[in-house]
Amino acid sequence: MDPLYEDKLQFLESMANRLRQDVVEMIAHAGSGHQGGSLGMADIFTTLYFHVLRHNPTKPSWADRDRFVLSNGHICPILYASLARSGYFPVEELSTLRTIDSRLQGHPHRGSLPGIESTSGPLGSGLSQAAGMALAARLDKKRYRVYVALSDGEHQEGNIWEAVLFSARHKLSGLTAIVDRNNIQIDGDTESVMPLEPLSDKYQSFGWHVIEIDGHNFEHIVASCAESAAIHDRPTVIIAHTTAGKGVDFMENDYRWHSKPFSGDEARRALKQLKHDAVLQRRFSSLPSRFRYTSHA
Amino acid sequence: MLNHRLYLNQRLFDSSVEQQPSRDGFGDGLVELGRKNPHVVALCADLVESTRVEPFARHFPDRFFEVGVAEQNMAAVAAGLGVSGKIPFIASYATFSPGRNWEQIRTTISYNNSNVKIAGHHAGISVGPDGATHQALEDIATMRVMANMTVIVPVDAHQARLATLSAAHIWGPVYLRFTREKTPIITTLKTPFVPGHAQVLWETTAPKVLFVGCGPIVYHALLAARELYKQKIGSVVLNMHTVKPLDQKTLVAYAKKIGCVVTVEEHQIIGGLGGAVAECLSRYTPTPQEFIGMQDTFGESGTPYDLLKKYHMDVFDIVAAAKRAIKRA
Repeated sequence: MDPLYEDKLQFLESMANRLRQDVVEMIAHAGSGHQGGSLGMADIFTTLYFHVLRHNPTKPSWADRDRFVLSNGHICPILYASLARSGYFPVEELSTLRTIDSRLQGHPHRGSLPGIESTSGPLGSGLSQAAGMALAARLDKKRYRVYVALSDGEHQEGNIWEAVLFSARHKLSGLTAIVDRNNIQIDGDTESVMPLEPLSDKYQSFGWHVIEIDGHNFEHIVASCAESAAIHDRPTVIIAHTTAGKGVDFMENDYRWHSKPFSGDEARRALKQLKHDAVLQRRFSSLPSRFRYTSHA
Repeated sequence: MLNHRLYLNQRLFDSSVEQQPSRDGFGDGLVELGRKNPHVVALCADLVESTRVEPFARHFPDRFFEVGVAEQNMAAVAAGLGVSGKIPFIASYATFSPGRNWEQIRTTISYNNSNVKIAGHHAGISVGPDGATHQALEDIATMRVMANMTVIVPVDAHQARLATLSAAHIWGPVYLRFTREKTPIITTLKTPFVPGHAQVLWETTAPKVLFVGCGPIVYHALLAARELYKQKIGSVVLNMHTVKPLDQKTLVAYAKKIGCVVTVEEHQIIGGLGGAVAECLSRYTPTPQEFIGMQDTFGESGTPYDLLKKYHMDVFDIVAAAKRAIKRA
């Protein structure tokens, strides 16, 4: 994995802002969608699609590509924006989200758009699918890695823990799970709905390599992905502490914005903030991180 | 009379007819596939011996994955393998897979169009002593209702082997349904098998009733047909081994010619083969139909013989249903 030089860091910052604007425009235009998680994961998706993943948007079925599986399919606006901006399909198509005859389904469907590796929406089965892909890589002696994004709320699904057991049992070191730890779900805070903590301890006790990062710090994201690629006897989970709705002040950390429709005025205000940040080149990564990079060996 | 062009077992009606569980054919077919195709892999949820995955696991340990008692994970892991160039077969009891993991099958296998083959074992009421929890009576309905899915219910162990081999050649999700108990061998090694093409096992001149069945209980339909023949009532027995896609052409042609139908299956009469036949005939040639199967109840513990008798799937019941159907024709 390439080191993260200053010019690349600046590029990622501005691309993440661009993707956030795409997300707000898409969801406002569609009249429904899930903005909280989409905005919160923008920095991670940007880093994956523009720095970490070995992929070729002109050859979406290249056999040796790294796989990226989105388990919590409802945050697909950020996936669609990432795919379009990296060249899988025309950016203009983003405005067709959730409309009739569109390739951009309300939840992602493999085969409807190039670059989508799995169908998801119902929560809890993405980690299993990613484990299957990592097993296939091992059987075929291929070196591609499988990255899977999971939400924290979906860890309430039993299927996740079946996959956590399975991946450790088969020592799937080609597998990197990234948990969007934003602490919110539809009905409220995760810790009041159904507590998940201590999440890091849980994964460690299941035999995983665990890294905790600030999910808005590009250096953390790159370093944790590089670290996971260097682990050869276990799967890795990156618990990314993120802020739901990141980048739009009235949405940040508010569970009600998990999937609340924008009013026209709210969408305009959100876009204005994001554009303002872009012009000022406001740098989230220059702020002190809210979470330390912690590798649990 | 028995259809000679299908090279059926000539000792079919002898009391000493050879018997074998259809799951044995699955086990044989899977090992054969393992030898032929390096992309075939198998997953099992802690039931390696009774689902007959054991020989494959022994011969190809690198291509066998024990997932433990976790059917949801098994389905979704297979979905990941299936979109990565593998041909995964997943095996468990049908009440668990495709029972417990129906939604994973729907989203990650069927909608995802992943090349996964689902083997549902211990289907039907003839599982016996284990009781209603282990008697899958809804699986044909819950699988055939899914888009992209093919549903095959082999009639005996030979056909189970051929169905397993064929499943690997069908691109996309396939559901294969197998039974636990030894049942009569109806076909022979020479009997052809083409998915989607119903087999006319028995045909007399001037047939008065059409039997359409799937799975080992088709043997009861054959016995019923022979009994009716003794009473000078002609009939046709169709082995509708592929419930989806249904062989509509053959079904409609015979239904038009004969005028009444009895469907025979070890499954709820709601949504299974009977439902599939009724859906087809009501569109193309509305035909009086009687349904042999579970009459919207759960089963219980008992011997297969006692259960089939108590829940009206015995030869006697099929003969009676045929006479009711003929009256309505």
